[in-house]
Amino acid sequence: MDKLLNLLENNARIKLEDLCVLLDKSPEEVTAMMDEALREGLILGYKTLIDWEKAGSTHVEAFIELHVSPKKSHGFDEIAETIARYEEVDSVYLMSGSYDLLLSVHGKSFQDIAFFVAKRLSTLDDVLQTSTSFLLKAYKRQGNLVGIAEEDSREKFFL
Amino acid sequence: MMNYDELMSPAAKKMRPSGIRKFFDLASEMPDCISLGVGEPDFNTPWQIRDTAISSLESGKTKYTANAGLLPLRKEISNYLFRRFSLSYNPDEILVTVGGSEAIDLAIRALVSPWDEVLIPEPCFVCYEPITTLTGGVPVSIPTSEENGFRVTADMIRNAITPKTKLLILPYPNNPTGAVLSKDELEEIAEVLEGTDIFILTDEIYAELYYGDAPYFSIANIESMKERTVYVNGFSKSYAMTGWRLGYAAGPQPIIDLMKKIHQSCIMCAPTMSQYAAITALRSGDEDIERMRDEYNMRRRYIVKRLNAMGLPTFDPKGAFYVFPRVSVTGYSSDEFCEKLLKEKHVAIIPGNAFGNAGEGYARISYAYSLKHLETALNRMEEFLKEQH
Repeated sequence: MDKLLNLLENNARIKLEDLCVLLDKSPEEVTAMMDEALREGLILGYKTLIDWEKAGSTHVEAFIELHVSPKKSHGFDEIAETIARYEEVDSVYLMSGSYDLLLSVHGKSFQDIAFFVAKRLSTLDDVLQTSTSFLLKAYKRQGNLVGIAEEDSREKFFL
Repeated sequence: MMNYDELMSPAAKKMRPSGIRKFFDLASEMPDCISLGVGEPDFNTPWQIRDTAISSLESGKTKYTANAGLLPLRKEISNYLFRRFSLSYNPDEILVTVGGSEAIDLAIRALVSPWDEVLIPEPCFVCYEPITTLTGGVPVSIPTSEENGFRVTADMIRNAITPKTKLLILPYPNNPTGAVLSKDELEEIAEVLEGTDIFILTDEIYAELYYGDAPYFSIANIESMKERTVYVNGFSKSYAMTGWRLGYAAGPQPIIDLMKKIHQSCIMCAPTMSQYAAITALRSGDEDIERMRDEYNMRRRYIVKRLNAMGLPTFDPKGAFYVFPRVSVTGYSSDEFCEKLLKEKHVAIIPGNAFGNAGEGYARISYAYSLKHLETALNRMEEFLKEQH
């Protein structure tokens, strides 16, 4: 199963027939494995990695470090789940270290994100402190180089 | 004015020039050329191995080592050969060399005298013949063919043996064909050699890249053959360490001692930092080997399937990281096919005849490339084939 998941993680659009050859399994077996992965929630979704900057679209991203006060009964879960439901928020992680939650968020402009932090995040009772850093340039996303050519330092021919 | 051509060594001049020079020149003018022509891993050397080399430099381990190589390294090689291949060699029977290539050079020079015949199954890597020629030995090629999966057979060897035969080269797992010899086949070959004084040079640089179902087997696993065998392996292919230039030979101590004497005169010792890095490779690199082999194995299945599907008959290779499709089905020779493919689709592969005449009609394609890269290159090849009719 790990091999299948690795292949899909690298290329969500990989063809079933190629998967069969790569994994040395029949189409029925591979389909069954994929069904199981979806059913068990091993596959969270299929998305496309987009270079929005290149697409010329206005797209702003930021990372927000949050200090929050955990609840006696729910720990960090309650506040994290509340924040996770906001559609501006792309990811929410509970972190070790000097802050509690790390968020990545996106919006159409700096103002969008500023507004989101000021009006929606900071106003939550359990949020004690926020620290927002705007993304200036992406060099690599999810293992894919952005705007950097893949390099092969090998010769073109070698016996 | 000196007449260089007349004055330089006739034996060196007799060495066959590389068959791929012209392709090299053509490809260098194509910035978008996509290559499947390289015989080295695409993986980087695992980080922990590189880290050890850096530490060795930082702590000033920059001197010569013992000629035979660091004793801790030879001990690790000895452990490794036993752990992975059930081969017993003590550290005195092991010589650390500059790549597997030096080990091959030393073995041939230590064993072969002028007019001795050296049996070389072809197609094969290009070094055995020129080194034999330099020693004054006589290379005798044994052509293999697709019908027997490019494997040399006991019969072929029996027919090639003369009173002058000194050495048999066993280049398996094979570059360029990916062929391997099975235990049964090796035992049949052993029967032919038993009772003769013929030595064996088994070049097993691709031993870790073996995809067969039966356990891997070396001619040196046969007790009666071990006394006549120089076993060559190295770090280049299994640990993705080509640029480190580190290999080794294992064999009967008198031969290893003689090889060491030559090595002392012309090399001194293998690079020190590479030797330290190799100790780490052997101590903790088994998982890296498995990871890379799994990846190669997936690519192998993919490329064999695609080539057959596009109309290039390709047998299923069980070793190394090459496939050897029969390109003569297009009506072109190896050279013509590769040159047209390069010129029209900017895909670089190597004509089979660069590995000996027995490779004519075939081409070597390396799958030491990412799946994405392979897919792009194979798509171009598919287009090329469609356009040929």
